[in-house]
Amino acid sequence: MQKTIKKYWPIFVLPTLAAFIIGFIWPFIWGIYLSFCQFTTVQDVTFVGLSNYAKIWIDDTFTHAFFFTAAFTVVSVVLINAFGFGLALLLTRKLRGTNIFRTVFFMPNLIGGIVLGYIWKTLLDGVLTLMSKPLLSLDETYGFWGLVILMCWQQIGYMMIIYIAGLQNVPIDLIEAARIDGASNRQILFRVKIPMVMPSFTICLFLTLTNSFKLFDQNLSLTAGEPAKASQMLALNIYDTFYARSGAQWKGIGQAKAVVFFLLVVVIALAQLRLTRSKEVQQ
Amino acid sequence: MKAKRILALTIASAMAAGLLAGCSGSSSSGSTSTSDTSGATGETTGASGQVYYLNFKPEQDEDWQNLAAIYTEQTGVPVTVVTAAQGQYETQLMSEMAKSDAPTLFQVNGPVGLANWKDYCYDLSGTELYSHLTSDSFALKDGDSVPAIAYVIETYGIIYNKALLEKAGYTAEDITNFETLKQVADDIQARKDELGVKGAFTSAGMDSSSDWRFKTHLANLPIYYEYKADGISSTDAIKGTYLDNYKQIFDLYITDSTCEPTLLASKTANDATAEFVNGEAVFYQNGTWEYNNISSLGDENLGMLPIYIGVEGEENQGLCTGSENFWCVNKNSSEEDIQATIDFLTWVITSDEGRKAMSQDMGFVTPFDTFTGEYAASNPLLEDAEAYIAAGKTPVDWCFSTMPSENWKNGVGSALTAYAAGTGTWDGVVSAFVDGWATEYQLSNG
Repeated sequence: MQKTIKKYWPIFVLPTLAAFIIGFIWPFIWGIYLSFCQFTTVQDVTFVGLSNYAKIWIDDTFTHAFFFTAAFTVVSVVLINAFGFGLALLLTRKLRGTNIFRTVFFMPNLIGGIVLGYIWKTLLDGVLTLMSKPLLSLDETYGFWGLVILMCWQQIGYMMIIYIAGLQNVPIDLIEAARIDGASNRQILFRVKIPMVMPSFTICLFLTLTNSFKLFDQNLSLTAGEPAKASQMLALNIYDTFYARSGAQWKGIGQAKAVVFFLLVVVIALAQLRLTRSKEVQQ
Repeated sequence: MKAKRILALTIASAMAAGLLAGCSGSSSSGSTSTSDTSGATGETTGASGQVYYLNFKPEQDEDWQNLAAIYTEQTGVPVTVVTAAQGQYETQLMSEMAKSDAPTLFQVNGPVGLANWKDYCYDLSGTELYSHLTSDSFALKDGDSVPAIAYVIETYGIIYNKALLEKAGYTAEDITNFETLKQVADDIQARKDELGVKGAFTSAGMDSSSDWRFKTHLANLPIYYEYKADGISSTDAIKGTYLDNYKQIFDLYITDSTCEPTLLASKTANDATAEFVNGEAVFYQNGTWEYNNISSLGDENLGMLPIYIGVEGEENQGLCTGSENFWCVNKNSSEEDIQATIDFLTWVITSDEGRKAMSQDMGFVTPFDTFTGEYAASNPLLEDAEAYIAAGKTPVDWCFSTMPSENWKNGVGSALTAYAAGTGTWDGVVSAFVDGWATEYQLSNG
């Protein structure tokens, strides 16, 4: 058996590998190459060297989008994880109706980002009108908090489920032992539960961080970058560079931005993984 | 050990979630409908080429599909028509053109759109299609070659509800310049409860479904007058000579309106159409393409006025007439396909079936000399457009095709929205208009 697997493994690997190469590796490499080219369609390209990268900062929209995205990421990562973990603690207490609550909190995650964006746009605009404040697409600050609210609503339930899975796997004997030793609830939470669910934190932080950084659908449908690109995030900025301008050179510049964007996401995600991994304890 | 397994499980579910997220993202790209009529007929005649049209106008999709089927039936040449979803044309064209089975026939929206695609356009100068054009101004030229030909002429202005205007005690003849337009609008606004309307003008919605009426179509007028005064047809830096007039008309739109200016940012095109159709407003700035949506008011109640902005001598100004739908034939297609495509287009504008479909089913006014008599499209808005030309009024050109980029329009749109809501000033609009033009022109052509 072992021998046969050793002999034939390439055949088993092949379909997935082929799909991976066609669907991911090849477009990825081609995408990087395109960032050095001027093109209108992706097959018909002229190599122009590094000039696309030099033109990324031709206007300050990319920098602005970066800081907007960074601020949004910090706020939403903190809020989503704090609320997600809090709910998970509440819903692992064997309360009545726990399952219903879990389902309800999880449900927003099942709706697509574009739809959510439009729904929340209508809702928030309605509220802002009642308060006689400028609408979402007129004010950067409202746009920012609108996005935060939307993302919290969508993501908290999902993170909650992951935390619940983690919390349910904290061994009861550990908690009981701590309690017999006279630990308070607070001590149990910080000294036993949180260290034990560190793997869940790793995953949730990773997911929220990358999701927030790469946010596109919600940004497009909620504010569309209004007013005057002030609420534009990185992914939308790239899209905008690609399509909203005429002239062949813009496609390459958009592509160069996308490569820079990719590097940013990789660096940040790896740093976060390294940091939280080091805090995990072996059971 | 157990924790490892949970970790693996959660990662797996996270990846699955990622997949779901991917799906939800792509669903926004909208639907396209295809009808490959190549299988419809078994027999083929001598022609070996085929036609693949990437259509821009979703509202005419069905008519094109029918026309394609008729052509295939008659000649055996397979014609595929694919229509891009609203607002997705450039995106779809880009990916379609990269395929080996690229569209043989596609569209650009004017000189600025052509800049992206001119390397893909076949020179149409020697074709029958070009020879049928009534005027050279309906073709886009690149030196001596003709890369793109307009196939529909459209007109816009201020559409008005005749019955309501008469109820207020006025007729279209009373409005001959900005001054009189403002008088009438102000009067209607003041007596809106008595007349049973919500405002003189429909809401000037600045949602993306409607903001093009102001950032593009209305902005055309100050540009047109500046070009005219300077005797030019395009520029790398606009001076903004007539921006005060632009402010005048925009102010009128947002003050004599059905809603508070602060709410405009979220008003859509549907809102404006509904207000007009329900008789809640008398004036509605839009064009001939809107006819089907507002025809329920009855033909006798519809008319169109020029957009007066208060320029000297505007009593002689007509409606805004032009085109932003140009056909281009893909140069990179095989020779048979290019020939088949040109033959198809010629058939569309010369045969009875084609002319009937274009003029009656699609309701297009075309720039070709073959559309005469029964093939002249007709509805009250088009008749008004004709009447203004017949009365010797000068039609306003569509100068907005020379606007430097989408990005420029978006900048002006944002500034207008902020100005209307009071969060921005008119200086912001001027700066987006004038400075934005120079910057964008540099960026697009630099």
